[in-house]
Formats: sequence, structure tokens, C-alpha cells
Amino acid sequence: MSHSTATPAAGNPEKFEFLVTGDHHAPNGTLLGFWLYLMSDCLVFAALFATYGVLSQNYAGGPSGADLFDLPLVALNTAFLLFSSITYGFAMLQMQQKKLQGTMFWLAITGLFGLAFLGLELYEFYHLIHQGAGPQRSAFLSSFFTLVGTHGLHVTFGIIWLVTLLVQLRKYGLTTANRRRLFCLSMFWHFLDVVWIGVFTIVYLMGSMS
Amino acid sequence: MSELSTLIFGRLTWDAIPLHDPILIATFAVVALGGAALLAVLTYYKVWGYLWSEWFTSIDHKRIGVMYIVLGLIMLLRGFADAIMMRIHQAIAFGDATGYLPPDHYDQIFTAHGVIMIFFVAMPFVVGLMNYIVPLQIGARDVAFPFLNNLSFWMTAAGAGLVMVSLFIGEFAKSGWLAYPPLTGIMQSPGVGVDYYIWSLQIAGVGTLLSGVNFVVTIVKMRAPGMNMMKMPVFTWTALCTNILIVAAFPVLTAVLVLLSLDRYMDMNFFTNDLGGNAMMYVNLIWIWGHPEVYILILPIFGVFSEIVSTYSGKRLFGYSSMVYATLVITILSYLVWLHHFFTMGSGATVNSFFGITTMIISIPTGAKIFNWLFTMYRGRIQMDVPMMWTLGFMVTFVIGGMTGVLLAVPPADFVLHNSLFLIAHFHNVIIGGVVFGTFAAITYWYPKVTGYKLDPFWGKASFWCWLIGFYLAFMPLYLLGFMGVTRRMSHFDDPSLQIWFQVALGGAVLIGLGIACFLIQLYVSYKKRGSLRDTSGDPWNGRTLEWSTSSPPPQYNFAFTPRVYDLDAWWHMKANNFKRPTSGFLPVHMPKNTAAGMMISGISAVVGFALIWHMWLVAGLSFAALLVAIITHTFNYKRDYYIPADEVERTEAEFDRVRLANQQSEVVA
Repeated sequence: MSHSTATPAAGNPEKFEFLVTGDHHAPNGTLLGFWLYLMSDCLVFAALFATYGVLSQNYAGGPSGADLFDLPLVALNTAFLLFSSITYGFAMLQMQQKKLQGTMFWLAITGLFGLAFLGLELYEFYHLIHQGAGPQRSAFLSSFFTLVGTHGLHVTFGIIWLVTLLVQLRKYGLTTANRRRLFCLSMFWHFLDVVWIGVFTIVYLMGSMS
Repeated sequence: MSELSTLIFGRLTWDAIPLHDPILIATFAVVALGGAALLAVLTYYKVWGYLWSEWFTSIDHKRIGVMYIVLGLIMLLRGFADAIMMRIHQAIAFGDATGYLPPDHYDQIFTAHGVIMIFFVAMPFVVGLMNYIVPLQIGARDVAFPFLNNLSFWMTAAGAGLVMVSLFIGEFAKSGWLAYPPLTGIMQSPGVGVDYYIWSLQIAGVGTLLSGVNFVVTIVKMRAPGMNMMKMPVFTWTALCTNILIVAAFPVLTAVLVLLSLDRYMDMNFFTNDLGGNAMMYVNLIWIWGHPEVYILILPIFGVFSEIVSTYSGKRLFGYSSMVYATLVITILSYLVWLHHFFTMGSGATVNSFFGITTMIISIPTGAKIFNWLFTMYRGRIQMDVPMMWTLGFMVTFVIGGMTGVLLAVPPADFVLHNSLFLIAHFHNVIIGGVVFGTFAAITYWYPKVTGYKLDPFWGKASFWCWLIGFYLAFMPLYLLGFMGVTRRMSHFDDPSLQIWFQVALGGAVLIGLGIACFLIQLYVSYKKRGSLRDTSGDPWNGRTLEWSTSSPPPQYNFAFTPRVYDLDAWWHMKANNFKRPTSGFLPVHMPKNTAAGMMISGISAVVGFALIWHMWLVAGLSFAALLVAIITHTFNYKRDYYIPADEVERTEAEFDRVRLANQQSEVVA
């Protein structure tokens, strides 16, 4: 077989440096990669919001959002989550100043706010199920529990991650790898906050009006 | 006792082993004997350690790419076995003859065939090709996240494993490959089939999503200096678009399967007939994933054909930038057409018109591509090698498939042809004529790069002709039957005048089987003749892109020095400007270390899936906890890299130079 019949045409005489002779390191892509993952997660929520949008009036003779939602309680819960985002911001500021103790302190506070949020959410779910308004009652409640529960599940995994990171910070300090992880968790945590703004507005506020 | 065993074994009992079905028993015997023979051979030649340390735990994108393709080939055999069983059954089940498959089994076969061919054949082929080629084409040493890459592969393999397990323990879904509720709700499908479907796709889906993220970052961040976006090889462009589609489409599949699981496991009412459920939601959501999915499969294949056409025509690709824009337009449009899969659902004339028109518009960028390939060949020095034959076969076949697709995009025509064998013929026309032909073209084209020797052309040509003729024989009768109104998924027919067409289709399927056999023989023969088929140059086809600048097979680190790119056809440009390989000044190469964590995490995920399928709540809980522990433990591993010393790099490069130059000389003498 002859595959050398066509030869590359002779180029212009100028000289090309064809190789990077020094050490070449491609830039680290972790933050971009994590951001892409978050966008894909955002689409999971988009699908759940769309499902909620379609099914939110399908009460099947059961209770509606206006019958069930306890807005002051949800407002308090929202405050917990928003404050946890601020305290995560404080943790990141401490990290920028290379203060390990301060970083860990504000991370722990963030985790506590997260736990408080989850606690209230579980109380709300328990209360609803107790009233006979569980996820099996109607399509509206199925989509409500799934959307809000998926967010809560994310917060749960966020807390598990946060605790893991606390241990790793204690063990290895503010190394490059750990700082990168703090950035990723930061994006994750703020992302959950943004999603919750959507949940609060579309599910709770608009639901209470219907 | 029984409560305890329910806690541990869930609904898994001895009845789940299909001892009543002789076909399955025979299959099991074959698989068990074949598996035992394989294990014995591997043990006899003592390759377990090699396989473990060089392949299973490898995070080298080249090794992982090959493992994806091997997985795809194995699953192709399974998927094809399903296909030939259906063809035989439909060819004989007329009038008083009921065929040899009970309806219950037949339904599982057509479901498994679709699921396997899309998720565990086409996807591994495409992802495997991207894995092997993309880092080499962009001058990178690996992907952005090598560990995640290994994990992605094993998650896909775990999903495939669960589908295979369903063959012998329990059953698979009987619902068709997209598992529409309410048929797949717990009322109508109380068995484990749908649960096997859900969990195998969920686990494999995680792998696909991660590899999507991985490749987008790799292509965006790791291109060699000088390779700006409009100097990227077309295959890399199509890979980028495909992975963007993966990141944007697979989450919807995950979400909709979660909703179906909640309906089945927790009695929720998303898609049920009562309490406000809406089954049409499912159909919308699954196709919002499903339509982009077909472009996820075909876009990289367009890239493959672009590389092949320009290499074997000895010419720069015609219309590179129009090729890139066409790919981008297809990427965007693929999100605006999903409703054409269910025009008959009753969305109304306005909505149907919108989606009919967007669907027809997609044929414009696709047509542009066909013309670009034709113009690349025009006045080129075409070498009619096997990859080029696949390419021509593709161009003719795919255009026919595209035209029947535009026909189906007309809503009134779709009302007549919906759910008929015409549709079946159409999508096999584009998937076989596109993805399968493209994969075989790609395997033939890049085989010397991967193994160091070329594939034997005789058996390649035999395989091509069997596939091409087999395809037309198998699917043209289906177009015809579709026009006559024959619907899909039937296991018995009354009208004897139809039988001849099913018999012709069976003949075509047998020919395709011969095509697969020829391909396997080709692998064997080429291995035997590898001495005379050896590629010592690293560039057997006079290639144009950077992967051909490396040795065949490339060293573990791909490039001793990162290349600098000045031209779209970077390697061609280097050859044209008297590129000399450096012989000194090598530096140590920074590389990631192998790890078994990917296998571990995927293995545990498969156990979680199996336990959930069989309602083994205790096992499910424990194995889920184990999964979390395994993931967290992995994050405590901070030492994930090592250096290949400079003298080892120098030795590797010198050896490549020695063999290459010695061979060049002997060619000159001859």
C-alpha cells in the first residue's frame, strides 16, 4: 500500500517553533468543570420546576398550597439559608487572608445554619404528612415534595461535604487542593441558595396566593 | 425467618431464575461456558495482573478509550442476538404459527435491544472514540480529570452489567426502550423489569454526564498553544458540541427517571392515571433528553467522516468553517424538535407546525455537511481504502435516512406513519448508516494508531459489503411494510401476504451477522499478520492532525513536548515545514497515578442498584453507606501524581526514532 503519493506542499521559508521546549502545564480546569456540573444540576432542577409548573394545580380534591403553607416558617427557613451563604462568604474571605482557624470557624457556622434549615424543612414535611398531605395524596404534592426534597437532599450532601472538608482542612491546612475544594463547595452552596430563591418564590409565595 | 429473609433478599427468590424458559437456559449455558473459558484462558496466560494494573485501574485516556470500544463490541453481540431473534420470530409467526418466543419474552427482547444498542453500544463507541482521539488531536497528555474518566467508564460498564444480569435473574422491562408510563407504572408493571431499566440507565447516566463535563473542560482548557477554536480539528469540534449536549441533556433523563422511580417506589402520582398525574409529562421530558441524544451519537461520527474524507482525498477539508457552524446550528436546533416524536399526542396544529418546521430546518446544516464532503473529494486524490468505503456507504445511506426523516417531520404524514415499521426503518437507516458505519470507519482508520498495526483490508471489505447489502435487505422491506400500515413491536401477524417481506428482512439480518463475523475475523487475521501490517512511522495514512505525529501506539505521555500549532491541519503543516524530532533536552513528564477507586465506586453503585431493584432495603442502605464512605475515602487521597523521569522519556523517543528511520531506509532501498 502506498500512502505517500501526496506530499505536503512546501511551505514558506519562515521558521516555526513547533514545540514548547519548556515545561508545559495546561491550566487547571477544576473550577470550570465544577461549574459545568452545577449547570447540569441546574437542569435537574429546571426539569423538576417544569414538572411542578405543570402539576401544581392538580390537587385531586386534596389541599392546595394556600391551605398548607406556613409562610412565616418558610421565611425563617429562607433566612437560615441566606445567612449561611453570607457566613460562607466570610469563610472565603478568611481563606483569602490565609487564616485557617477563621476559615474553619465560619465554615462550621455555615454548616450549623444548613442543619437548622434542614431541621425546619423536615419539621414542615413531618407536619404535612401528619395532616394527610403526604406526597402520595396528589400530583401537586408529589411534585412539591420532590422539588423541595431534592433541594433538601442537596443541602444534606453539602453538609456532608462541608464536614469532610473541615476534617481535611484540619489535617492538611489551606493547601492549593483544599483551597480549590473550598471554592467548589462555595459555588455549590451559593447555587443551592439561588435555587431556593426560585423555590421560595414559585412554590411558596405563588402557591400561597392560589 | 421469612421477615428476616425479606429484609435481606427483598423479593428475590429462586423463582426469579428463569428455569422455565429453555431459550434463556441455553443462553445462560453458552454465556457461562464462554465466560468460564475466557476466565480459564486469562488465568492460564497469567494476564490478570496485567489487566488489573495496565487496564482496569488505568486512568490513561487511551486505555479507557479502548475499554469503551471493547465494551461496545461485546454489547453489540448481545444487541445483535436480540435483533436476530426478533427477525426470526417475525419471519415465522404468521397465521396459525405462533413463533418460538412467548409474547412476554418477545417484549423483553425488543426493549433490551433498543436500550442496549443506544446506551451500551452506540454510546460506548462514541465516548471511546472521543477518549482516544481528542487529547491526541489537541496536543494534550490526558483529559482534564483522568480519574473521573476511569470512573465514567466503570459506571457505564456497571449499567451494562445490570442489563446483562436481568437476563438470568428476573426479567427486563417489556415496555419499549423509553419505558412510557402508565405502562411502566407500578400498577401495570409490578415486576423488576422496569426497575432494572431505571437503575442501569441511572448508573450509566452518571458516567456519561461526568465524561461530558470532562471533555468540555479538556477541549476548552487543554488545547496546545496556538490552537484557537477555529484551528481545532473537526472531530474535536464535533466532540465539543456532543459533550455540551451531554451536559445539557442527560440531567433531564436523570430527573425523569427519578420521577418514574418515585411513582414506582413511593406511590407518588407524577405519571399515574389518577390523583392528578400526567403521563404526557413523561413523554415530553424523556424526549427533551432523547432527541439531543441522537445528535450526541451522530455529531462525533460526522467528525470522523470529515477526518477520513480529507485524509484519503489528500486535501484540506472543504468548507471548514461552514462545517463548524453547521455543527453548532445542529447542536442548538436539536433542542427545538423533541415534540416531533409525538405529533399524534394532540398538541394541536400550531405546536405541531412549529416542531415540524424546526425538524425540517435541521436538514439544511446536515445537507451542507454532505456537500462539504463531496467537495472535499472533488478533484482529490482519493484512496479507496476501507474507511473511505464506509464513508461512501454512509453518504448514500444517510441521505436516504435523512429524506425519510424529513418526510416524517411533516405532521400529516406522521399521523399516517407514526408507530409503524416505516419509523423503525428510518431510525435504523440513520443509526446504522450513520453511527455504526462511522464507528467501523473510525476503528479501521485509527486502528494502527491504537495497536501499531493496520487492519487487514480484505476482511474489512468483506465486512463492509455484508453490512451495506445486509442493511438494505433488512430495512427496505420495513419501509414498505410501514407504508402498508404494519405497526412496530408486533409478535404475530395474520395477513400471509406480508410474510415474504419479513423473510427478506431476516435474510438482511443474517448478512449483517456475517458482517459482524467478518469484522471479528478481521481483528484475528490482522493480529496474526501484524508483522507485515506493522506501522512504524506513526503516520500510515499521511495524516493531517496531531495524533499522527506520535508513535503507534503513542507513548503513555502522548507528547514529550507540547506541540505549538500554526495551522488547522497542524501535523500536515509541520511535515510541510521540515519538522525535526528533538533528540535531547527532554524533561520529566508529570502524570496521574492509576487507581482502583473508580472500579470500587462503580461496583458498589451496581450493588446499590441491584438491591433497589429487588427491594433489598437492608442491603441497599448498607451499600449506599459504603458508597459514601468509598467516595469520601477517595477524597483523602491527595497524592495522585508522579513523574516519568527524563531519561525514560528520552529512551522511549529514541526507540521510536530508531524503528521509524530504519524502516524508512528499508522502504527507500526497496
